[in-house]
Amino acid sequence: MIPENGSATLTTPAAEPREDRSSSDRPSRPIQILSEATIRFAGDSGDGMQLAGTQFTNTSALVGNDIATFPDYPAEIRAPAGTLAGVSGFQIHFSSTDIHTPGDELDALVVMNPAALKTNVKDLKPGGILIVNTDNFTPTDLEKARYARNPLEDGSLNNYRVIRVPIAKLTREAVSEFKLSPKEADRCKNFFALGLVYWLYERPLEPTLKWIHEKFAKNPQYVHANSAALKAGYNYGETLEISHVQYQVPRARLAPGTYRKITGNEATVLGLTAAALLSGRTLVYGSYPITPASPILEGLAEMRRYGVKTFQAEDEIAAVGIAIGASYGGAIGVTGTSGPGICLKSEAINLAVMTELPLVVIDVQRGGPSTGLPTKTEQADLLQALFGRNGDSPVAVVAPRSPADCFDMILEAVRIATQFMCPVFFLSDGYLANGAEPWRIPELARLPRLTITFATQPNSEGWNGPANEAAIDGEGGGAGKFLPYKRDARLVRPWAIPGTPGLEHRIGGLEKQDVTGNISYDPLNHEHMTRVRRQKIENIADTIPDLEVWGDPDADLLMVGWGGTYGAITTAVERLRRRGFKIAQTHFRYLNPMPKNTEAVLKRYRTILVPELNTGQLCWLLRAKYLVPAQPVSKVQGKPFLVSELESAVEKVLGLKSN
Amino acid sequence: MAVTTAPLPTLKPDDFKTDQEVRWCPGCGDYSILAQMKKALASLGIPREKMVFISGIGCSSRFPYYMNTYGFHTIHGRAPTIATGLRLANPDLLVWVVTGDGDGLSIGGNHLIHALRRNVDIKILLFNNEIYGLTKGQYSPSSRLGTLSKTSPGGSFETPVRPLSLALAAEATFVARTIDVDVQHMVHILQRAAHHKGSAFVEIYQNCKIFNDGVFEYATDKSVKADNLLYLEHGKPMLFGKDRNKGIRLNGLKPEVVEVGKDCGLDDILVHDESAEDPTLAYLLSRFVHDTSRDVARPFPEPVGVLRAVRKPTYEELLDARIADAIARKGRGKLEDLFKAEDVWTVE
Ligand SMILES: Cc1ncc(C[n+]2csc(CCOP(=O)(O)OP(=O)(O)O)c2C)c(N)n1
Ligand code: SF4
Ligand SMILES: [Mg+2]
Repeated sequence: MIPENGSATLTTPAAEPREDRSSSDRPSRPIQILSEATIRFAGDSGDGMQLAGTQFTNTSALVGNDIATFPDYPAEIRAPAGTLAGVSGFQIHFSSTDIHTPGDELDALVVMNPAALKTNVKDLKPGGILIVNTDNFTPTDLEKARYARNPLEDGSLNNYRVIRVPIAKLTREAVSEFKLSPKEADRCKNFFALGLVYWLYERPLEPTLKWIHEKFAKNPQYVHANSAALKAGYNYGETLEISHVQYQVPRARLAPGTYRKITGNEATVLGLTAAALLSGRTLVYGSYPITPASPILEGLAEMRRYGVKTFQAEDEIAAVGIAIGASYGGAIGVTGTSGPGICLKSEAINLAVMTELPLVVIDVQRGGPSTGLPTKTEQADLLQALFGRNGDSPVAVVAPRSPADCFDMILEAVRIATQFMCPVFFLSDGYLANGAEPWRIPELARLPRLTITFATQPNSEGWNGPANEAAIDGEGGGAGKFLPYKRDARLVRPWAIPGTPGLEHRIGGLEKQDVTGNISYDPLNHEHMTRVRRQKIENIADTIPDLEVWGDPDADLLMVGWGGTYGAITTAVERLRRRGFKIAQTHFRYLNPMPKNTEAVLKRYRTILVPELNTGQLCWLLRAKYLVPAQPVSKVQGKPFLVSELESAVEKVLGLKSN
Repeated sequence: MAVTTAPLPTLKPDDFKTDQEVRWCPGCGDYSILAQMKKALASLGIPREKMVFISGIGCSSRFPYYMNTYGFHTIHGRAPTIATGLRLANPDLLVWVVTGDGDGLSIGGNHLIHALRRNVDIKILLFNNEIYGLTKGQYSPSSRLGTLSKTSPGGSFETPVRPLSLALAAEATFVARTIDVDVQHMVHILQRAAHHKGSAFVEIYQNCKIFNDGVFEYATDKSVKADNLLYLEHGKPMLFGKDRNKGIRLNGLKPEVVEVGKDCGLDDILVHDESAEDPTLAYLLSRFVHDTSRDVARPFPEPVGVLRAVRKPTYEELLDARIADAIARKGRGKLEDLFKAEDVWTVE
């Protein structure tokens, strides 16, 4: 999560293991205290691994850990069972200290079948705990995962602490009294596995039991069966002592406050809903379902009583049209999609650029081009957001840096759009959208004000007619008229909504004369308007914070990131500095306009590295805009950066260094 | 549209004039539509600020610039989406969509279908000149077979879309047709559309003087039009012809043109019921085509007037009901309870 003051604090080294002879009536067992742990549940898409991971996350958050998660699932809802393509995983990093990433390597891995073993075991630390569901290692299962020999028998797993558990069989036994079909009984397997891991890390069962009760309230036999499976897993760990030691990750020292767990998409939903409440305006969200943005549409559909209207449009063009029409009518118009949908919206976004109407465009980026990698993360739509439209078409662009930051930045997007009458891109990504972290619930009094004012009166007083005589349709000066493109000092035009008496006016996508808004093909007017539209976006810089710089004042190297890579870069910088490297870090949340001190910050460092999940888009931009020797650190594998990858990128530039 | 409680404004057609120079070609059918619209609006008793014209791109879509109401000239084909968004923001406005056969049936065909299907309270006027006017004369999806244009040398060989059939298939609750030069009829139809609750679809035969002059001559030429048009009136038998002695009879599922007194009596003639829940008869009418060079064996008089007008809940009404329901169940949402919906924990 993001530390309160925005500065990266150093994590304390892991505590030494200690023996803890508990005095309770539980069998005394050594308990090892860890400062942090990373685990992953992996299985077939149908095995309920996302659910197990989410439950583990919720419980860890409730016991007070800092958390960061990484759900990773295939694009196919159900790829053929047992195949490598169908493996779904959920990774949780939980900690007693401040953390920013879902973790590079796993301390423990649960695999429900050979395919999950094959695709995940390489991420397990040497000596790490590997819990294997042995029931799914038949010759057919092995063949589906393309194993020539059974890895449980050929010694290839000798580097790990393998715990073999017939999870399917034990689950069936645990739920036998509830009269479930064999298929239904098998569906409880994930709760057995979860119970087992709860035992290993000494977590309470109550939050999950409560969840099961609420979720399956209509089906009492599912409540009983899933609860029984969860407890059976826990008890199995306890009685069979599957491990000679249990682990404890104590609560983190988070800033005082009330917390909840939040994913990026959830934070986006809450931020948009808060925007409706804070402004007192209806928020209209037009969207067409697409991974990984759909949960925003689904989440907002539940927010009707808060003044949110969702509209599931016939396509992405309609969705953005809905948002523009809503803005035109005085609501907060928002549309959300992923890259392929942005392609479809380009023309309409330009209509908002040209007419100067507020519009928030959410792009939850995924691997591209084309359909690309629907369920995987990437940051490759930055230049599309900035430039992917015809004509000189400036828009504002912001990007959240963590799941919880989606709340703050979507509020910023709404603020900028409504204050500057322009489209604002909000560049989230698949990793932020699905990843979770603790979020300190903001105090209501500290939420930003979102004051929206509409024009109510004619504004032509003091205006003496168009300066440029090439105006075609003679609008003379004089009081009592409404001039839709008469600008204020920041170059912002008035927002006059239909229904307002006396302000009837026409707008459109054709070039218009400044001030009057009349259609104009005058060459000088077009150049003037092009510059005005650009300058207006530049003026937003007066309202955004400067870039913050963290790390060593006398750093040799500056790491520059944007969006969802913040956690990995921050952790890499912390580690490198602990190893003696002199490094500084800065992170863009505002990409257009960029903060005013950007040039000054960049020019302070001889070496600039720009890690991005693309082939170097921000890097390209910084080089072009500021003529600085920025170098890209690229990864385009549909996955977030590992901290170690960033460390070695720096080592490559600065040379190896030991403590 | 909500009924206003303030005293009804008394407006004259000229109150809707803007100071913009109208730039359609001389003789263009759009001029007449503009004039009739001003008359229709002046009669409604609705203040100008509550009227909005939203258009796409095309000659026809320049319409909003010439109406002294609120207006939005948007992008090609997308006007229904923007109109829908506007209605979501403010359900108290009378929202018109002006579109052309290219704008509404080609690039924007998808939006047209879905706006009608949802019964959003917008009034869609399709200026059908069977040609792309603004781009200077290419054939359109409604161009009849054989249309000679710059992109169809030798004549168009694409089956044309029938706008009224399409609207009915899309579950439109109000479907009508009128003609640019039939000024009284058009005023009446525009008023009917304005008063309809839900989406209204009106096809207007519009002559493009420059690129498709005369395609509707059979429907406008005084010497022949009575034989070629079927003026629909609710509750009245479907009679037409100079002597009003021809009519439409149903033979099984097949309509046929008959002569009253010769082939049958008046009782055998179909009686028009625009309010029929079942759109089947309206659909049959929507397929009447006069011109046998089109894909029909026998000529039928082309219906003008209201084919269908039924009252169904609008999208806005249904959404408002859902909102009211959510508030009734859980109360109006406040910031205080927004964040606390999920499990929370406290750090001291
Ligand atoms: C995206 C896009 N594609 C193409 C055009 C060019 N264009 C402008 S109007 C038009 C056709 C208009 O035909 P119609 O809707 O029948 O209107 P009319 O001019 O006949 O009234 C086309 C193709 C455009 N403006 N935008
Ligand atoms: S080109 Fe045709 S439709 Fe366009 S203004 Fe001229 S006559 Fe009218
Ligand atoms: Mg046309």
